[in-house]
Amino acid sequence: MCVTYNMRAAPPRPSGLLWGRGARVRAGPCTARGGVALGGEAPPPRPAVRARERSSGPAAAGGAEIFSCPCLKMSKQQPAQFTNPETPGYVGFANLPNQVHRKSVKKGFEFTLMVVGESGLGKSTLINSLFLTDLYPERIIPGAADKIERTVQIEASTVEIEERGVKLRLTVVDTPGYGDAINCRDCFKTIISYIDEQFERYLHDESGLNRRHIIDNRVHCCFYFISPFGHGLKPLDVEFMKAIHNKVNIVPVIAKADTLSLKERERLKKRILDEIEEHGIKIYHLPDAESDEDEDFKEQTRLLKASIPFCVVGSNQLIEAKGKKVRGRLYPWGVVEVENPEHNDFLKLRTMLITHMQDLQEVTQDLHYENFRSERLKRGTRKIEDEEVNKDQILLEKEAELRRMQEMIARMQAQMQMQMQSGEGDSSGHHV
Amino acid sequence: NGQGLKNEAAMSELVPEPRQKPVVPMKPMGINTSLLGYIGIDTIIEQMRKKTMKTGFDFNIMVVGQSGLGKSTLVNTLFKSQVSRKSSGWNREEKIPKTVEIKAIGHVIEEGGVKMKLTVIDTPGFGDQINNENCWEPIEKYINEQYEKFLKEEVNIARKKRIPDTRVHCCLYFISPTGHSLRPLDLEFMKHLSKVVNIIPVIAKADTMTLEEKTEFKQRVRKELEVNGIEFYPQKEFDEDLEDKTENDKIRQESMPFAVVGSDKEYQVNGKRVLGRKTPWGIIEVENLNHCEFALLRDFVIRTHLQDLKEVTHNIHYETYRAKRLNDNGGLPPMTVETEENHESNL
Repeated sequence: MCVTYNMRAAPPRPSGLLWGRGARVRAGPCTARGGVALGGEAPPPRPAVRARERSSGPAAAGGAEIFSCPCLKMSKQQPAQFTNPETPGYVGFANLPNQVHRKSVKKGFEFTLMVVGESGLGKSTLINSLFLTDLYPERIIPGAADKIERTVQIEASTVEIEERGVKLRLTVVDTPGYGDAINCRDCFKTIISYIDEQFERYLHDESGLNRRHIIDNRVHCCFYFISPFGHGLKPLDVEFMKAIHNKVNIVPVIAKADTLSLKERERLKKRILDEIEEHGIKIYHLPDAESDEDEDFKEQTRLLKASIPFCVVGSNQLIEAKGKKVRGRLYPWGVVEVENPEHNDFLKLRTMLITHMQDLQEVTQDLHYENFRSERLKRGTRKIEDEEVNKDQILLEKEAELRRMQEMIARMQAQMQMQMQSGEGDSSGHHV
Repeated sequence: NGQGLKNEAAMSELVPEPRQKPVVPMKPMGINTSLLGYIGIDTIIEQMRKKTMKTGFDFNIMVVGQSGLGKSTLVNTLFKSQVSRKSSGWNREEKIPKTVEIKAIGHVIEEGGVKMKLTVIDTPGFGDQINNENCWEPIEKYINEQYEKFLKEEVNIARKKRIPDTRVHCCLYFISPTGHSLRPLDLEFMKHLSKVVNIIPVIAKADTMTLEEKTEFKQRVRKELEVNGIEFYPQKEFDEDLEDKTENDKIRQESMPFAVVGSDKEYQVNGKRVLGRKTPWGIIEVENLNHCEFALLRDFVIRTHLQDLKEVTHNIHYETYRAKRLNDNGGLPPMTVETEENHESNL
């Protein structure tokens, strides 16, 4: 059974889309080459098939193309070969990717997505649209007077989505209160400490004895919502992104894009990209398609890369347009369709998230987490060294302080004595 | 001009009703039966009109709001000319200033023989910083400075015949169309400034919201303003008579805050050229009441309440400032020193 995930066609059914670790989806028409089997079923053997990336040798017996298994970093660039299973010299470990895939599918995948942005930019609507769920069923929107006192909070909601036997445990970390206050100086402290906390916890688990059931709550990706009403990045945006670009993958998103005409969109995108470069902000870069990918995939990757930051519109309302029901927003002057690539980049964003979910996790693991880990461990050892060196000094200091306190006490006692003598014999019964 | 009156006593009873002034004096309509003939007192309105046309009048409008909300575009659309600080050829690569700046640009525009000296006061940098505490202070300071200038002229010994009026008559406050509620900064600003200037709250870039979202948002904003005791223009306490009250009530409770869209580009729709915004899913017409409330705002500010805005500024806000100043000074007018300031002409 093949599943197509093609940007040009309508996306598959409403139960959510997911591909996790161990299976990379390729967009492309469902041909003998481009199909991917999921759910652990073994499709009938096909004349294969170019092996992609990290699996060497043709996936003959399985017939399915499994792309990138994290543990199999074998040599790339294996030429396509057709090998008959009965050939002498055929061992069969080319089926390994299949097995890994099947195991991971059984285990399920985890992904943590953080959304940050001012309130009212359509974050919740977009998340609901992306994953076709309702993550925020009973939402109370506070008034402005309430927001004056509020600080930034972290709310994590987890939802389990299953599609064709593959389970995804998606955690969405929301940050209500960000950018609301009049003085936003402390806005991102809470967020940064949350991210660090998750890293810390993982580090602790990883260094612990029982490593079997480590839960990965690290933030794999952060959607940063940029307001479409401004002329580019605001000072707050710049500061925040600079503070977290070394800790998490940032994907900038321009929300409520139906405010902008096409020209305005282009201008805004360009302006934002220029400002990002100007300030040296490191956003998440999609990896280039490997040279042995097919043209469609390469083209798609090129398109995705060219569209960052994505201009999106979210909606879960079904509107009747041109005779069919589409998700969109109904205005007096027309209907904005969420899944129409000419109207906005929603599909591109979804494609990017899905096809690169595994890459996002990898970069978090290999880059951000490792950075954190080395920093942390360095800091940890340095502290101990410093302490030893300064121990004597500290002792001296403490002794000096002790002497000072004793003197002060003696003085106070003397004062009280004098007071009691010169007073009317009112003894307060105080004894220092 | 009709017959002259013989009886003086009857003349004093006459109270000319404010009627639509006729270009050519007409026969009396029988309002006051003791009127023996037509005098022509009503032509005074015509005389005033001619005078106003010759001298022209001032109007100062301030726009406040975060950058990118379309303030300059809206002002250009309101007056159908390039009057904002971002007049044609403006540099779109402008950076956000680090503090709030006040930029006043004056233009003289003419329509139907009437000249208006329009000054648009822009406030770039408002609400754009990370720390926006007290960012309304420069604005409040500017407004009070204009009152001070006017006061000094007024108490001058040798007064100018026509005191140049730089006081802010109207302040359009732009609310970001989040669809949720007001932001804390909006509340703080309006709380502080609704006592010194006429504030008209406006929902910017309203093409972001569908009709239901718009209605809901407006209701919520109105309620929040009410709960927080913010009196925006037209203020309830200044309604002069029942007619005003009913008219203003309707505006206050149903139309305001106006959800507007601005544009200075024209497109062809149904054979007509209209101002609008072109998107892949349709053209948003700025002056179409089904699309946005720009036409309502324009009529309100320019066609019906322009004079009232000036009057409220002069009779109420300015007088409040003046009273406070005189009180502070012990009931005496502030000493005017003959400086170059007083001789500056803003004309």
